[in-house]
Amino acid sequence: MTDTVSGGGAVDAAELRRRTQELLAAYPVGSTDRVDFLKARFDAGLAWVHYPEGLGGLGAPRSLQAVVDTELEAAGAPDNDPRRIGIGLGMAAPTVLGYGTEEQKNRFLRPLWVGEEVWCQLFSEPGAGSDLAALGTRAVRDGDDWVVNGQKVWTSSAHLARWAILIARTDPDAPKHRGITYFVCDMTDPGVEVRPLRQITGEAEFNEVFLTDVRIPDAHRLGEVGDGWRVAQTTLMNERVSIGGMRIPREGGMIGPVSRTWRERPDLRTHDLHQRLLKLWVEAEVARLTGERLRQQMVAGQPGPEGSGMKLAFARLNQEISGLEVELLGEEGLLYEDWTMRRPDKVDFTGRDAGYRYLRSKGNSIEGGTSEVLLNIVAERVLGLPSEPRTDKDVAWKDLAR
Amino acid sequence: MTPTTTQRAQPDLLYSEEEEALRAAVRDLLADHCDPAGVIARTESGAPHDREAWKALAEGMGLAGLLVPEALGGQGATHREAAVVLEELGRAVAPVPYLTSAVVATEALLACGADDLLTELASGRRIGALAVALNIAPGGAHRTVRIENGALHGELTGIADATAADVLLVPAEDGGLYAVDSDAVTVTAQVSLDLTRPVATVVLDGVPARRIGDAAPAVRRALRAGAGLLASEQLGLAEWSLTETVRYLKERKQFNRPVGGFQALKHRLAQLWLETVHTRAAARNAADALAGGSGDSTEVDVAVALAQAYAAPVAVHAAEEALQLHAGIGMTWEHPVHLYLKRAKADSIAYGTAGSHREALAGLVDLQAP
Repeated sequence: MTDTVSGGGAVDAAELRRRTQELLAAYPVGSTDRVDFLKARFDAGLAWVHYPEGLGGLGAPRSLQAVVDTELEAAGAPDNDPRRIGIGLGMAAPTVLGYGTEEQKNRFLRPLWVGEEVWCQLFSEPGAGSDLAALGTRAVRDGDDWVVNGQKVWTSSAHLARWAILIARTDPDAPKHRGITYFVCDMTDPGVEVRPLRQITGEAEFNEVFLTDVRIPDAHRLGEVGDGWRVAQTTLMNERVSIGGMRIPREGGMIGPVSRTWRERPDLRTHDLHQRLLKLWVEAEVARLTGERLRQQMVAGQPGPEGSGMKLAFARLNQEISGLEVELLGEEGLLYEDWTMRRPDKVDFTGRDAGYRYLRSKGNSIEGGTSEVLLNIVAERVLGLPSEPRTDKDVAWKDLAR
Repeated sequence: MTPTTTQRAQPDLLYSEEEEALRAAVRDLLADHCDPAGVIARTESGAPHDREAWKALAEGMGLAGLLVPEALGGQGATHREAAVVLEELGRAVAPVPYLTSAVVATEALLACGADDLLTELASGRRIGALAVALNIAPGGAHRTVRIENGALHGELTGIADATAADVLLVPAEDGGLYAVDSDAVTVTAQVSLDLTRPVATVVLDGVPARRIGDAAPAVRRALRAGAGLLASEQLGLAEWSLTETVRYLKERKQFNRPVGGFQALKHRLAQLWLETVHTRAAARNAADALAGGSGDSTEVDVAVALAQAYAAPVAVHAAEEALQLHAGIGMTWEHPVHLYLKRAKADSIAYGTAGSHREALAGLVDLQAP
């Protein structure tokens, strides 16, 4: 869907290189404002080359993005700080592109990619975690608007966001998957209240978002009324694809800090820890190679089902490795850097101290799909084993147990 | 040493079209020759090796010479292709001396530059075996034989596929590697855990032999290639175990439903799938590193040790899960799962245990013991 070609036929690597050099010549890196450069890059179709012309792309194969990125990196050009706007880039944009009207695509994609507008995601609710389709936030039609009431949770960047992708219940009488509609929600609406959600690390990466009579114009609906679950699949597929897409050097992940500590601190070494460290080092390096193989498959245009498993491995390894590191540190492992409540605007799973890494990694097997649900998905979709018995599929949402 | 600075260029972890075509051809051939019932029957026949299958693979398809240069009558291919062959041989738990002759003995001969023997082994008409016990890891200490008046004396045990071999490559106490005709020695099959890759004792009683080169580098090179490519065989074993178990559990019904629908079992199979996906990456990485020659020998050592440290336990785990999830039928002699369990368990010792490969890694990537 996002690989559709529009306009004048195939754009190859040489042509992309030429256009990138043209951009750099017209907007010299040293003397061009960062945002101006990013806007010019978007308008030249070099933002995400697989997007259509006029929307930041050239309808080129996705694999050729690396050509542009390499040229721009070599020239020292500024990037759009992708980690700050990850939800917009990874989840909102593909959904807007796939289901948005021309007006919506033209309005939202450019400021999203440039980073002028941060996006967040209003999906999970206190009563709808793994069973996301059970969500209860209501949207009721009122003239040209929808009026939304409910509570969302685990929303990163909500306090920084201009827009949110939101799924809400529009038909409580329909079975749960069929009564949901997908919207773009204005986070500056007076009915939106954002409260930090403090987590076990002491800080608040995420928020709770309370929606009270929030008005959303029908023009900000994505996809058909009642079709929100299908639209949300696009968003969630892209969330899982974006994990494991990057090339990582050896010891580039959680195994890096503990390996360095091991080398620098012979006083901490024990035989038991040595055996466990080597086992985890092997698993981490093989997981890295598995990610690299997946990347090579995607570049070759043969994506396999392997991606569904990457997050499972990564979650377990992060947890075991960071747990080992706290133990390795001995007396220092009894300490923690800082419990002060803070609002980090970026999250680095392998950053800060070992205690933080240990605690933060506990979330890796929960966020973006629990490991238990992912194992079901692998068993059913990859191995073709029978689905879990379901009693909720054909029952009106309003009649479900809660 | 900073490990990140010594990495080789990115490995190619995929299969080429030619490699996939090779896989399909080998799989077809094995479907005709190595059906499970036939393999089980053969294990008790006194001639466990499948000569017909070997002839078809080695002479018919020329696969015994994959690692031998074309000028010596081989295919001039690489470890990447040999690895694909081994995946399929593992999947069929085929009783043919491919790993031992076409990989391990061939690598030893390549190290020695023993061109005449290479040509013979490449043709598939003669089978070679390195007379080093199967459990020895690359760089590990192994037994040698005595030399008296130019003749070899001694007894070696645990020699894989020696009963099928025509020529044995024997390390002697003088540091030489000697080629010995199997007719000139006494080879006795040992009752082996792995029925499809049996080990044997070799007794040399004043055997005339020809020195073909230095044993140390040849044995080391041979065992390294063996360990690295064994990971591909282990991948094949694990994949069969997973695929066959999934197939069976979709059919098998208890409590009025397919057993494969129980979540406790689904999660175990999903976990196993994840392990095989990881094993594929590790095995391809090792094959690609070996194929790259000795560009950076340390990196080849890392890739091989990594692959064995990871793949060996996965193959065992897969076969053990296959047995448990097949339950009663899996415990019978009639069902082939025991062939896979026995091969996987023997493979976990072959060319060094996972633990010995982890120890090797400790030195290679500078994670030293206390």
